[in-house]
Amino acid sequence: MQNYANPTHFLRLVRVLLPVTAGLTTGLLAVGLYLALFVAPADYQQGETVRIMYLHVPSAWMAMFVYLVMTSAAIGTLVFRHPLADVAQKAAAPLGAAFTFLCLTTGSLWGKPEWGTWWVWDARLTSVLVLFLIYLGIIALWQVIEDPGKAARLVAIFTLVGAVNVPIIKFSVDWWHTLHQPASVFRMGGPTIAASMLWPLLIMAVGFTTLFLTLHMLAMRNEILRRRLRRLSMLAADGAAPLGVVAEPAE
Amino acid sequence: MSQKPQAEKRQAAIQTRRSPLAALLVRDLRIGRRIGGAVSMGVVFFLCLVTVTPFAVGPDQALLARIGPAILWIAALLATLLGLDRLFQADAEDGSLDLFLMSETPLELIVVVKCLGHWLLTGLPLVAASPIFGLMLGLEPAALARVTASLLAGTPALTLLGAVGAALTVSLRRGGLLLAVLILPLSVPVLIFGVAAAGDPVVGFKTPFLILCGLTLAAVALTPFAAAAALRHAGD
Repeated sequence: MQNYANPTHFLRLVRVLLPVTAGLTTGLLAVGLYLALFVAPADYQQGETVRIMYLHVPSAWMAMFVYLVMTSAAIGTLVFRHPLADVAQKAAAPLGAAFTFLCLTTGSLWGKPEWGTWWVWDARLTSVLVLFLIYLGIIALWQVIEDPGKAARLVAIFTLVGAVNVPIIKFSVDWWHTLHQPASVFRMGGPTIAASMLWPLLIMAVGFTTLFLTLHMLAMRNEILRRRLRRLSMLAADGAAPLGVVAEPAE
Repeated sequence: MSQKPQAEKRQAAIQTRRSPLAALLVRDLRIGRRIGGAVSMGVVFFLCLVTVTPFAVGPDQALLARIGPAILWIAALLATLLGLDRLFQADAEDGSLDLFLMSETPLELIVVVKCLGHWLLTGLPLVAASPIFGLMLGLEPAALARVTASLLAGTPALTLLGAVGAALTVSLRRGGLLLAVLILPLSVPVLIFGVAAAGDPVVGFKTPFLILCGLTLAAVALTPFAAAAALRHAGD
C-alpha cells in the first residue's frame, strides 16, 4: 500500500491491471447476460420479467459494496493520510450513485408489471432511496469545496457519519414499514432460488464487481491526471513554470 | 500599594470567573436575544409552514387532525435545519472559532454547548409553540401532549445532526441548502420515531418515544466528535 502512495507507481499498476479487469468484465457480462436472457428459465409466476432480477440484484449489491469501499477510503484518508485514499473516495462516489440509481430504476421497471405501480413505499426501496440521497450529498460536498485536500477530509467525515447512520436508517425504515402494513408483499422468486437462476445471478454479480473495479481505476486515473493539470495550471498562472516545461509523466 | 490585596483580588476574580463553557452558553444566548430575533423568527417560520399546509391539502378538519403530528414534525425539521447554517459561521467570521480550536477546552464540549444554546433559542420555542399550532390543526388534547413530548425529545437530535452539517459547510458562503441536502437523509430515523410517538394509534406512545430518546442520546454521544473533526479540518 505504501508503495502506491506515489501516484506514478499507481498509474503504472493501473496500466497493467486495466486490460485484465476490462477483459474479465466483458467476458463475465457477456456470459452472464447470455445465461440470464436466453438460458435461465422464466419464472412460473412472474414470467419473463424475472430477468430484470439479473441486473437489479447485482446493482443493489454494488450500491452497498461501493459505500463499503468509500468507508474504507475515508478511514484511509483520516487515519493513514494515504494520498490515494481520497482519490479512491472521490472516484467511487458517482459510481456508487450510478449503481444505486440503476437499482432503483430496474426495481421500478420490475415493480410496474409485478405490483402494478412504478413505486411502492416498501422498506427496501425506501432505504435504498435514502442511500441514494446520501450518495448525492457526498457528491455535492465534493463539488462545492474547491481545495481537494480539504474536501477529501470533510467528505471522509461525512462518509463515516453516513456509515454509522445507514444501519440505523435501515432499521427504522423496516420498523416504519411493518408499522404501516404494506399493501403488497415483496418476495423474491418464491421460497428458494433454483440453481439455473442462481448461476447467472452470481456471474452477473462478479461481472458487476469487476465492472466497478475497471471504472473505478479509470476514474482514479482521471482524477490523478486532473489534479496534476490543476497543479500545473496553477503553477503556470503563478509564472513559476511555463506549462510545457515541467516534466510530469503523463499517460 | 502593597502586593497582597492585588493578589487576593486576582484570586477572587479567578474564582468568580465562569467556566469557559458556561461563558460560551451565556454569550450565545445573549447574542441570540439581542440580534436577529432568532427566537421569534424560528417560531414565525414554523407558523408559516403550519399555515401553508392546509392550503396544500385542503381545509378538511378530520384530515388535518390525522396528519397534524406529521405536519408539526416536518415544520419543526425544516425550521431547525434552515437556521443551522449560521451555527459556526458567525464564529468563523469573527475569529471566535480559531479561539475555540486553540483553547484547552475540548472542541467536542464546545460543540455540545453551541448546540445547547442553539436548541434553547430555536428548538425549545418550537416545542413551546407546538401545542398552540396543534390546536389550529384540530388535534385532541392527548395528541397535543404526545406531539409536544415527542418534539421535546426529538428536536435536540435534529440540532445535533445539523451541527455536523453546519461544521462541514462552515467555510462555504452559501452552505444552507447543502446542509439540508446532507442532513435530511440522516434525520429520517428521528422523523420516523418522532411522528410515530406523536400520533400513531397502532404502536402506542412508549416504544417509539423510548427509541426516540435513545436516538437523541446517541446523537449527544456521537455527533460532537464528527462536528469537531469537521471544524478542525475546515480551517486548513
